[in-house]
Amino acid sequence: MNAIEHNGAEAPAATEAVDGAAPGANANRAKLDIRHLDFYYGKNHVLHDINLKIPERQVMAFIGPSGCGKSTLLRTFNRIYSLYPNQRAEGEIWMDGENILGRDVDINLLRAKVGMVFQKPAPFPMSIFDNIAFGIRLYERLPKAEMEERVVSALKRAALWDEVKDMLGKSGAALSGGQQQRLCIARAIAVKPEVILLDEPTSALDPISTAHIEELVMELAADYTIVIVTHNMQQAARMSSRTAFMYLGEIIEEGETDQIFTAPRKEKTQDYITGRFG
Amino acid sequence: MRGWDLGDTRMNDTSANPRGGALGDTLFRGASLVAALTVLAVLGAIILMLVKGSMPALGKFGFLHFITSAEWNPVTEQFGALSPITGTLVSSAIAIIIGLPVSFGIALFITELCPVWLKRPVGTAIELLAAIPSIIYGMWGLFVFAPFFAEHIQPLLTATLGRLPVIGALFEGPPLGISVFTAGVILAIMIIPFIASVMRDVFNTVRRELRESAYGLGCTTWEVVWKVVLPVTRAGVTGAVMLGLGRALGETMAVTFVIGNSHDLNTGLFWPGNSIASTIANEFTEADGEIYTSSLIALGLVLFLITFIVLSLARIMLIRMSRQDGAKS
Repeated sequence: MNAIEHNGAEAPAATEAVDGAAPGANANRAKLDIRHLDFYYGKNHVLHDINLKIPERQVMAFIGPSGCGKSTLLRTFNRIYSLYPNQRAEGEIWMDGENILGRDVDINLLRAKVGMVFQKPAPFPMSIFDNIAFGIRLYERLPKAEMEERVVSALKRAALWDEVKDMLGKSGAALSGGQQQRLCIARAIAVKPEVILLDEPTSALDPISTAHIEELVMELAADYTIVIVTHNMQQAARMSSRTAFMYLGEIIEEGETDQIFTAPRKEKTQDYITGRFG
Repeated sequence: MRGWDLGDTRMNDTSANPRGGALGDTLFRGASLVAALTVLAVLGAIILMLVKGSMPALGKFGFLHFITSAEWNPVTEQFGALSPITGTLVSSAIAIIIGLPVSFGIALFITELCPVWLKRPVGTAIELLAAIPSIIYGMWGLFVFAPFFAEHIQPLLTATLGRLPVIGALFEGPPLGISVFTAGVILAIMIIPFIASVMRDVFNTVRRELRESAYGLGCTTWEVVWKVVLPVTRAGVTGAVMLGLGRALGETMAVTFVIGNSHDLNTGLFWPGNSIASTIANEFTEADGEIYTSSLIALGLVLFLITFIVLSLARIMLIRMSRQDGAKS
């Protein structure tokens, strides 16, 4: 509705392929289309004129040195930044023909569509079952059997079911860090989102848990649009189809992951991925 | 110039250090030990005084009879503490019942909803309220609130809640405005700033990720607070309530002004009553005779015990909670 009211003519065509994407498998339509996005912390101008298309049902990675704005950019996609009164985004982010930065967007519904997993796992202070059911209950009233089904399928989808099936009544805090993070992913997918945002999801985890999560995320990409912010370049190279390299609040280069890591076009990108700074 | 040769002083005896490190440390340790022991000594002395002073009365009446008898008659020298004990517990309970939801609302508003520019004024106002001396609350209660209460609120409550079966009996009494209920309301106003400011601090300790996770699922503010913030902070919130309760139990001046200072025991909350602290404050100057004085001291001992029990219960609760949390993580 926003699209028609404010900006109907400019709304991106839903089937438009991502620029520069290779023909064939990668030619997905853009799920998120970011246009002229600027972001401010109070008076600090931290994102400068971001233009980016995020393809549907793929993994897109944001890389760049600390403070480059990659997390900030991610946090505009579900408007979680708006919890903080001094943070402000200007520009447009189109999703399915709607500008999600528009004034009369229902933020709660937006967040049901755009799930988020944070750097540190944060299970709610309740049982494993309730951690998953919590989000579902916000939007749907389900009979008990159906609720159980939903919870079980979310846990299975997050590759956690086998480890927790005998302890659903236990507190989510009783799990290991890696399990907690998968619980958070299960919690996010239980509400049937379309996009999943991952903000350095493995930076607090050990290598084995990290491998679990990476595998899981790549599987989820078949059904969800995934955007991941990572400090770990190998991780971005392993997991993502496309990568955006950010520096000082700007996107320096964006393209297919293989191309970014093997034949970057910009010198800055080259310097970063070869470890010359960062 | 030995002091310049650091290697030397470090390796040999430290007492030769030009800063006098070891000696200073010993002195400091001694001083802080003395300070800590003083606290214990004072506590011990108070308990000893209370027990010793109340012996004549407790010896005469027996502890159990003392706390279960409602007769308080200086002429016949018959003293029972039931009425002040009830007054203390009931007025404090009223204070918590009224004060807790209001404090919760204040803390919730400041941490989750308040625009930035209003945060500081509201926070400061709360701290100022906490700093007002209790005698001012007492005067305000007696001269302003009690007449207003008697004229407007009490008839309303008697006409509505007073008609209910069973609990209706609680809302009865003469239209004086001076009552156990009034004392409870004044106490509520006095403890709200304490509870609210501690609750605010406790709510602020909730991890950012947890809050954001809940909002990230699409929770409303109410859902975030009720289902996530409150369960996580229940230990701290309990602490806040106990702090307020501790203050309400022992509050003397404001209560003495508005509670009515009557030793009669009534079911109706609108009847004048008294509390332990107000009884002691009122009657200590006129207490003649060993038994009378000793009975008042025994009242003090009872108040001490009540406070001690409340704080211990809170402690046990907190320890149990933190043990649960510790086992989880």
